[in-house]
Amino acid sequence: MTEKVQEMQKKEAELDKGVERIRNTRVFTPAVDIIEKNNDLVLLADMPGVDEKSLDIILEKNLLTIYGRVEPEVPANHRLVLSEYGVGDYQRTFTLSDEIDREHIRASVKDGVLKLVLPKAEKAKMKKIAVAAEA
Amino acid sequence: MTSTYLERLLDPWREFERMNRLIGWPAGSTAEYPAINIWVAGDDAIVTTEIAGIDRNSIGISVAGNTLTLKGKRPASVEQEKGTCHRHETWSGEFSKSVQLPFNVDPDKVQASYRKGILHISLPRLEADKPRKITIES
Repeated sequence: MTEKVQEMQKKEAELDKGVERIRNTRVFTPAVDIIEKNNDLVLLADMPGVDEKSLDIILEKNLLTIYGRVEPEVPANHRLVLSEYGVGDYQRTFTLSDEIDREHIRASVKDGVLKLVLPKAEKAKMKKIAVAAEA
Repeated sequence: MTSTYLERLLDPWREFERMNRLIGWPAGSTAEYPAINIWVAGDDAIVTTEIAGIDRNSIGISVAGNTLTLKGKRPASVEQEKGTCHRHETWSGEFSKSVQLPFNVDPDKVQASYRKGILHISLPRLEADKPRKITIES
């Protein structure tokens, strides 16, 4: 096969030293894409197993945290004979600059992918200055 | 290519895969996209895989004997959103992955569902492949 084989491994989220989680689940760092467009930033995060009900998006000061809860689906009476991925929650935090219009952040989920649209604040938008010819 | 015992000792992962084959467990290649989990109970196997962002119409599932093949594709988000990419960590491209199951599968009874980016495939064993009890004639 000539196609490039891409290796993927879920990364587990790191905890501060001496801190423990309340729920006894694994927590992964979702893979994200951040794309800048003219008027907004688009953040896409792969969180398979998460839907709109199990997702929390918290904006506190300049910290934007996304947290997705995943209920592990264990088929009854089956035993796991091959495990290439682990199942757990997702968490990731980003710092936002002042250039984001915090009031108008939009979020949606489709097929396990979170899409956050972060509109740029008016002042951060690129302005084109018209040049007038001197008389 | 035949490997010597020493070579196998030096490569524990290969040894693990060899043992897997001996036991008859499914031997999948590790961490090749997409990662899969296989659950088995008697004459039924369940394969789950996390393929977030993949359009359900692009997913292809085929079964031949004891081999399950999964195919699909995901366009890169940058191409869809048309902007400047600051971070690109998600997987995109085309995949084709085959796994061997511990028994032959009945292709007519395979069921699949795709929810929240997780593909769930139920694969029952082929009737003709099930072990039969032989009665001893007197």
